[in-house]
Amino acid sequence: MLIAAGLFAFSGLFALFGVYAERKVSAFIQDRLGPMETGKYGVLQTIADVIKLLIKELIIPGAADKWLFMMSPAIIFIAVYMGFAAIPWSSGLAPSNINLGLYYIFAIISIETLGILMAGWGSNNKYSILGAMRSAAQIVSYEIPAGFAIISVVMIAQTLDMQTISAQQGILSAEHTKFLGIWDVTNVGGILSWNIFRAPHLIIAFVIYFIASLAESNRAPFDIPEAESELVAGFHTEFTGMRFAFVFLAEYSMMFLVSMIAAVLFLGAWNTPLPNLGVVRLADWTTGVAWGIVWLAVKALALVGIQMWIRWTLPRLRVDQLMNLCWKILTPLAFACMLISGVWRLWVM
Amino acid sequence: MESKNSIGSIWKGLTVTLKHLFSSHAKRKVISVSSDNYFKQLEGTGTIQYPKQQLPVPEVGRYQLDVEIDDCIVCDLCAKICPVDCIDIEQIKATELIGHTSDGSPKRIYAAKFDIDMAKCMYCGLCTIVCPTECIIMTNTYDRSVFELKDLTYGFSDMTPAEAEEKRALLEKQLAEKQAAKEAAMKQKEGRA
Repeated sequence: MLIAAGLFAFSGLFALFGVYAERKVSAFIQDRLGPMETGKYGVLQTIADVIKLLIKELIIPGAADKWLFMMSPAIIFIAVYMGFAAIPWSSGLAPSNINLGLYYIFAIISIETLGILMAGWGSNNKYSILGAMRSAAQIVSYEIPAGFAIISVVMIAQTLDMQTISAQQGILSAEHTKFLGIWDVTNVGGILSWNIFRAPHLIIAFVIYFIASLAESNRAPFDIPEAESELVAGFHTEFTGMRFAFVFLAEYSMMFLVSMIAAVLFLGAWNTPLPNLGVVRLADWTTGVAWGIVWLAVKALALVGIQMWIRWTLPRLRVDQLMNLCWKILTPLAFACMLISGVWRLWVM
Repeated sequence: MESKNSIGSIWKGLTVTLKHLFSSHAKRKVISVSSDNYFKQLEGTGTIQYPKQQLPVPEVGRYQLDVEIDDCIVCDLCAKICPVDCIDIEQIKATELIGHTSDGSPKRIYAAKFDIDMAKCMYCGLCTIVCPTECIIMTNTYDRSVFELKDLTYGFSDMTPAEAEEKRALLEKQLAEKQAAKEAAMKQKEGRA
């Protein structure tokens, strides 16, 4: 119960920070200043926005399917929020330590699509249903390359337990870790023992997963389900007040969640990036429960920053381009990564 | 080849936005358009936080009109030249010389009413050109806003209605006296003849 409340508070706070950061980043990229009036440098802007959303009227369109419409924001948010349950924050610190963690996360996130479809169908609005159908098509397609990129990690790690995958990528590893499969770095740790350097083809898997995760969280350049310029706001066109806030909260929580998964699977989870160099035991000094939280948060926030940077740079893909990228480029590459993972595990590690 | 091209163009776009992201610490300086550097501020954000920051404008720019009523000889030229008829003047001839303006012109007419409707004004500045005493000028005020439409009619006359009535009565009395004198003269002429 306490953990659930803590995670909820965290995702709420992160959404507050994320929206503010997004507005500032977009403003600076476009040579503007962003919010400046509410509080110093506009830091209270998102709090003011939340208060506004809280006191707004909850409108249900007359033609809407009332139950689907009312339930969908909750389902969208809960699907993402429950994903946080299995993410390890530091060594020995995870909300729920389950040995099928990765599988669970992948399964629970895909329920979000159901919520989006419910929102689109329940709104009884052509823009909403178009957005929802695009979203379903997109998420179902991109789960395949994302899944295979994850499988190539799992084949290297030989486990679905997020905490074990994390521990393998640093000095706390129970087994021998080899940098690029040649140099034993079990006691050196740092960036050298991260998964992307233990098996270099995982760099490609990481890029594939990152692109697919952008698509799964409906972020630009894969934001065709929301597509402001053509679909008003896509599947959440008809939502007002707190229901809209929950959809938004889900989007920002999803950004952080996929970034955390990417950090755990590819970028050394809560392990320090600093290696032990002879007597300078940087890795030993920067390993611990508190350090773990710091490193994981820094890695995840950096990835969130890259997501924002990409959003304000690249134009939206067309539906056919989206499917081309997924089926003709990412999926074959992900298959190749999986194959190399098998070979790597058998002959190199 | 195609994918190589697209990766190249994606990277190029990303470097452009990254450059802007990190040059945002340079804020736009509030300098006048007449400054040499005005068009050279290419780095950093372009926002001017009006009204906290305001670009300097010339002291006598082409903005809202102002009338120095003490210098006005109520010649009505400005009202006549105004293309949109936004100036409304009511003249009362004085019975004697009222005084002199600051440039020495004699004042012989009272302005019972000198209203300028800023909602109509098109800021052409013709009235300031024809004014013989340069009492109607354009100022650097450009962002005045009001709650009532009638407040956009600026009154510049310094006479109260009572004063205007008094002057009007004086003028009528003088006219009546003149008329009487004229009639008396006429009668005298007729009688002589």
